Amino acid sequence: MTRLTGLPRLLLLVVGLAAAIGFVLALGDGMDAAGFLAYFAFTLFSLVRLAHPLTYWLDAALAVFGAASLLLALPVSEFGAPAYFWLALVCTWLTTWLFVEELSAEIRAQRLDARLFGLVIPALFGIVLIFIWEILTRGANVPQVILPPPSAIWEKLVESVPTLWADFQQTFLKAVLAGYVMGCVSGFVVAILVDRSPFLKRGLLPIGNFVSALPIIGIAPIMVMWFGFDWQSKAAVVVAMTFFPMLVNTVAGLGATGHIERDLMHTYAASYWQTLLKLRLPAAAPFIFNALKINSTLALIGAIVAEFFGTPIVGMGFRISTEVGKLAIDLVWAEIAVAAVAGSAFYGLIALIERAVTFWHPSVRGGRA
Amino acid sequence: MTAWWRTNKLIPILTVVAAILLFWYAMAVVMNSPWQIRLNERAGAEVGFTEFVLQTYDQAKPVLPVPHQILAVIWDATVNTDINSPRSLAYHALVTLSATLWGFAFGTVLGILLAVAIIHNDASDRSLMPWIIASQTVPILAIAPMIVVGLAAFSITGLVPKAIISMYLSFFPVVVGMVKGLRAPDRLELDLMRTYNASAFQVFTKLRWPSAMPFLFASMRVGIAISLIGAVVGELSNAAGGGLGVRLLTGSYNGQTIQIWAALLLAAALAATLVGLVGVVERLVARQMGART
Repeated sequence: MTRLTGLPRLLLLVVGLAAAIGFVLALGDGMDAAGFLAYFAFTLFSLVRLAHPLTYWLDAALAVFGAASLLLALPVSEFGAPAYFWLALVCTWLTTWLFVEELSAEIRAQRLDARLFGLVIPALFGIVLIFIWEILTRGANVPQVILPPPSAIWEKLVESVPTLWADFQQTFLKAVLAGYVMGCVSGFVVAILVDRSPFLKRGLLPIGNFVSALPIIGIAPIMVMWFGFDWQSKAAVVVAMTFFPMLVNTVAGLGATGHIERDLMHTYAASYWQTLLKLRLPAAAPFIFNALKINSTLALIGAIVAEFFGTPIVGMGFRISTEVGKLAIDLVWAEIAVAAVAGSAFYGLIALIERAVTFWHPSVRGGRA
Repeated sequence: MTAWWRTNKLIPILTVVAAILLFWYAMAVVMNSPWQIRLNERAGAEVGFTEFVLQTYDQAKPVLPVPHQILAVIWDATVNTDINSPRSLAYHALVTLSATLWGFAFGTVLGILLAVAIIHNDASDRSLMPWIIASQTVPILAIAPMIVVGLAAFSITGLVPKAIISMYLSFFPVVVGMVKGLRAPDRLELDLMRTYNASAFQVFTKLRWPSAMPFLFASMRVGIAISLIGAVVGELSNAAGGGLGVRLLTGSYNGQTIQIWAALLLAAALAATLVGLVGVVERLVARQMGART
């Protein structure tokens, strides 16, 4: 229960202003807007805080109140929602922001458990984003073909689970994983081999940079011609896409150790392999994990894009391209949601491993990676 | 005393390039020969080995075209064609380049601003960072038609949708790299700044920003390459606008392998030039900051 200063204070003032305007506008609709009137009134009442500190849980309650009154007002008439409806949305959004600001200040002051509330905050951000999307599309009657509301996407997702699972198996479990493992392992091995020979390093590195800058997705039609329509051609595209980031990053990481550290290993009479295993590979770990993380997203994009150039009648990219043609945008979004969840889980797994392996690095030691 | 080949870069590169070219020409014979054998059987022609090899290098739609075939097409479509004609590869390259540069510029600025906000504000760090990462796992090509269609509803077509896709792709490495870079100073250095009674702004300009430079340029090298990919991918869904992506698509529909490779090689040359330029700027900045090389 601290006094508000700086950004939170500014947020509170904006919320108060919006609530005052909203209250006046909602008065015109009388009892039809009773929920909104109550919400705006409570929000205005909470401005008492400027003189007397109140708990930040009040903001959470206010945000929930605002969200509830918005949801109860749906569906709106075909002419779209009235102005105070949008003011209530702005108020709800800013109040949540204020709540998050206060929550992180409490975490920083170690009055709240960082682990639990560190998860609450991004979750809250996601919920607000989806909430605003839902309210915007339904409040403004956006046509389904342009942007369906999340609730419609969720319904579609639930009802087409077997299709989505088959696509996921084809694209992620076969093409992405096989290609990712092959691409990263071969990139790493080639980097270690190249590292032994300065001649090869000088020759291969500029070429590796050249090729990693290639729009490699462009080879997808060629790979489909060579390896056929099934997942092998997609895995080949993923291998080509992930190999060079790994090679370039690993070589850069192996060169990251300073003279002093290498001289120290030299004074210990360490062999090449001892220096590599005990000094240079650990020092290269942040670079290698950087490549692994970049590759995790590249691999998924590569496999999905490659499916646009020819595929059996299953796969995430195939589904997206054909359903866009059929204007079944809600199924496309459902497929994208699956891809997003799969990609984030993949990335998250690697980030967790990174934190366990490079615990000594300042960027991890100082807080979050 | 260092051996001459340790300091010289050209010879090793040329050696590797020569090895790749040799492999390429050998593979072209292997991959193109089944079709050539059938052609020769049908014509009832008996050919010697040398002539057969030359035949595999001269097909109209080879499985693997050889470099000199591709270069001939590129030469023909750039130097011998009017730059304003839609058949000119230089025209398509310029279309792609402008979308790439706009997207990259906006993506980099947006990435740096977000990274600064993330390291200075707990709330934005905790709420934004996981979602920036999650947003990148959305396969952009799937959204590209929707972006193109959505913006076309507001009569925005051509460069802007592609630049937006480029921006979306290129801001990710910049945010991730800059957050890492701006957090790279360790406790010791931060404590030193505190003993100097430095303000948050001074800590940023004199410690965090300089120490983030290597991360920024590493991110920018990745970013500009991805930005080009974004522009090419954006072109796949808008065939009317032109660009190297359109050449790739029409080539794949017509089985014109040489055309695919020509567009691919030109895109690669473009990307290499852009990445090289970022590298030059990085060296200049490093020298300006008094880095020892």
